[in-house]
Amino acid sequence: MRFTLTSAAAALALTTALAGPASAELTGDLRIFFNDQNPAPRAAMEGMVERFQAMHPDLNIELTLIDREANKTQIRNYLTANAPDVNGWYAGNRMRPYVNAGLFEDVSDLWDGPMGEELASTRPALTLDGKQWGVPYSYYQWGIYYRQDIYEELGLTPATTWEEEIANCQAILDSGLKCYTIGTRFLWTAGGWFDYLNLRTNGYDFHMALTANEIPWTDDRVRETFANWRTLLDMGAFIDNHTAYTWQEAQPYLVNGQAAAYLMGNFLIEPLRDAGMTDDQLGFYQFPEITPGIPKAEDAPTDTLHIPAQAQNKEAARAFLQYVASAENQTIVNEVLGQLPINSNAQVADDKFIQAGFEMLSNATGGIAQFFDRDADAEMAAAGMEGFQEFMVMPDNLDAILNRLESVRQRILED
Amino acid sequence: MAAPIISEPAPPPARGYWRSNQMRFAPWLFLAPGILFFAIYVIFPIFQSFHISLYRWDGLGEARYIGMQNYERLFDDPAFYTSLWNNLRWLVLYLLAIPGGLFIALFLNQQVRGIRLYKSLFFFPFVISQVVVGLVFAWFYNPSIGLLNPLIGLFGFGPVNILGNPNTVTYGIIAAGLWPQVAYCMILFLTGLNAVDPEQVEAARLDGAKGWKMLWYVILPQLRPATFIAVVVTVIGALRSFDMVSVMTSGGPFGSSRVLAYYMFEVSLSEYGFRMGYGAAIAVVLFLIMMVYIAFFLWRMWREERGV
Repeated sequence: MRFTLTSAAAALALTTALAGPASAELTGDLRIFFNDQNPAPRAAMEGMVERFQAMHPDLNIELTLIDREANKTQIRNYLTANAPDVNGWYAGNRMRPYVNAGLFEDVSDLWDGPMGEELASTRPALTLDGKQWGVPYSYYQWGIYYRQDIYEELGLTPATTWEEEIANCQAILDSGLKCYTIGTRFLWTAGGWFDYLNLRTNGYDFHMALTANEIPWTDDRVRETFANWRTLLDMGAFIDNHTAYTWQEAQPYLVNGQAAAYLMGNFLIEPLRDAGMTDDQLGFYQFPEITPGIPKAEDAPTDTLHIPAQAQNKEAARAFLQYVASAENQTIVNEVLGQLPINSNAQVADDKFIQAGFEMLSNATGGIAQFFDRDADAEMAAAGMEGFQEFMVMPDNLDAILNRLESVRQRILED
Repeated sequence: MAAPIISEPAPPPARGYWRSNQMRFAPWLFLAPGILFFAIYVIFPIFQSFHISLYRWDGLGEARYIGMQNYERLFDDPAFYTSLWNNLRWLVLYLLAIPGGLFIALFLNQQVRGIRLYKSLFFFPFVISQVVVGLVFAWFYNPSIGLLNPLIGLFGFGPVNILGNPNTVTYGIIAAGLWPQVAYCMILFLTGLNAVDPEQVEAARLDGAKGWKMLWYVILPQLRPATFIAVVVTVIGALRSFDMVSVMTSGGPFGSSRVLAYYMFEVSLSEYGFRMGYGAAIAVVLFLIMMVYIAFFLWRMWREERGV
C-alpha cells in the first residue's frame, strides 16, 4: 500500500514538475538540511527558501543549517533515520556510498526535461550508474590568486608556462618572499596542488583514470607529476610550517605580503576582501601549462542538493530542486554566493574574479574535474591527501608514499 | 507492601517461594537496573564489535562476512603500528602525571592564607573540557601566532613547529594532556594526604626521619590507595586518549599523531571513513590491550578485598 502511494506521489510529482513549479499546489512540510552556516551561503539558501515559499504559500518549509564539516559525518545518520526532504552534498564520487546504499533518490526524471539541457555541463558530475542523483546550484573555479601589486613591484607577469612559473617563483624567492602560501593541516589544500600538477602534466583523462583507481600509483607518469612538484619544494617555494595551519590560517601570509600567491578556490576572495584586500591588489590567473599541447582541464567543484530516498514529501522536494535549478534562481543565488551559476541561461555576476572564472571554465577544453576528494574513492582520497602532505614535508619518502597508495588502491580493487 | 526486610519466623508451610527467598533476591533486584544498562551499553557492544570486525561493511549497505581478513590487514598496516607505538608513548609519558600530581599535592598540603584558592587554581585545568585544553595548547604551539616560540626565543632557542613536525607532535599533545591529568592526580593525593595519620608522622619524626625518608617510608605507604586509583585512571586515560588528538591535529601531520582510538574513528566514522569492520577490528585490539590492565586491576582489588 505504501509503495503504491509513494509511486503515485512520484508520478504526480513528475507531472506537476513538468507543468512548472508555479502552478503546482504543494502542501505539507518540506524539510531542508543545508550544509553551510557561513554568512554568504546561508543568505543564499535562505533567499532561495523565501522565494520558493512565496510561490507555495501552503507549504510549510523548515530549513536547518548544518555546519559544513559536521554535515560530512552527520549525513549517514540523517539519511538512514529521520531523513529530510532535501539535503546538501557534493557531486562526483562523493555521492557514491549513498547511491550504492540506496539512500539517494534517483532524480533522472528532472534531468529529462529542458532542465537537463540547461544544466548539461554538470550532467556527468551528477551521474552515477547512468542515472542522476541530485541537482547542482553552484560551482566555482580553482586557480592561482596572486598579489598583483607585488608582481608589479618585481616586474613580473603571471606565468602561462611552467618555465615562466618557476622563473617568477625564483624572482619572488630572491626578493625574500615565498611564492605560495598553503595550510595543509586539513590535507585537502595539498589535494588541490596535486590535481593541478597532475592535470597539467598528464592531462584530464589520465587524472580521471587515476582517481578511478584504473592506473597504479607507482606509474612513471605519476612520478613525473611528483617530480614537477618537487622542483617547487626544492626551491622552498611554499611557506614554512604549513602542516600546522588551516587554509584560513595561511591567508595572512598573502594579506601581509609574505607570500605572493595562493592556489585556491574562489571562496578565498570573500575572506581576503574582508581582510582589506582590494581588487587592485589581487589578481587571478589560470594554472600554467606544464606539458605543452595538453588541453587545459580545471578543478571546479560543484555544490549540489539531493533528495534522500526516505524523504516524506518528495513531490515538494522535486519542485524545490526544479526551482533551484532554474536560471532565475541560479542568477540570484550565485550573485549572493560569489560563485558561478550552472544553468546556462543564468547571468554571471559582474565581479572581477567570477568573470575570470567564468571565462576560464567556458574555455576549459580539457575537461572539468570536481576535486581530488570528490573524484577519488573516499578511502583513496584520505590516503592520497595524507601522502601529498607527507611528500610536501619529506619529498624523499616518495617511494614509500607511492607504494602505500598503491597498496590502498589494490585493496579497494579487491574489495 | 510493608513487609519487614527480616521476616519473622512464621509457620513453614504458609511461606511462599518469594517470602522464603526474599533475602537472596533483594540485592539482585536493586542491581537489576544497573546490570541491565551495563549489559546493553557496555557488554553487548563488546560482542557486537567482535561480530562486526568479521565483516566488510560500509555502515550503510550490506555487510559481507570475511572472517579474519580485517585482522590480517591490520597487521600489515603501517598506520596501525604508528598508532600502537603512539599509544605506548602515551601510556608511559602519561604516568608522569602521578609524580607530578604527588609533588604539587605535597606542596599544597600546608596551612597558609588562601591555600584553598591556590588549590582550586591548580585544579582548574581538570575542570575545563579536554577540547578547550586542546584548543588552547594548539594556539600556544602555533608557529605564527603562538606564545611558545617567542617564549623559548627568550632563552635563545629557535622557532619550533611542534604540532606540524612528525617527530614532536605526539609529545606536544601528551604535554597538553598532562596538564589536566596532573591536576586530577593532585586532587586524589590531596584527599589521600588528609587521611595520613598525624601520630605516625609524629612518631617517625621522633625517630629522626625527615625529607625523602619520611616521604618514602611513612607517607607513601599510607597513600597507597590514592596511588592505586591514580594509576588506574591515568592508564585508562592514556589508552582512550582521543579528544586531544582529534582537536589538536586530527591525527596529522600525515597520520603521525594517530592513536588507536582515533584511528578507529578515522577509518570507520570520519569524513572519508567507511570501513566499519576494520574500525571494529581496531576497537577489539584496543579492548584486548585495555583488558590486560583492567584484569590486573580487578585481580588486585579482589585480592585486597579478600585480604581485609
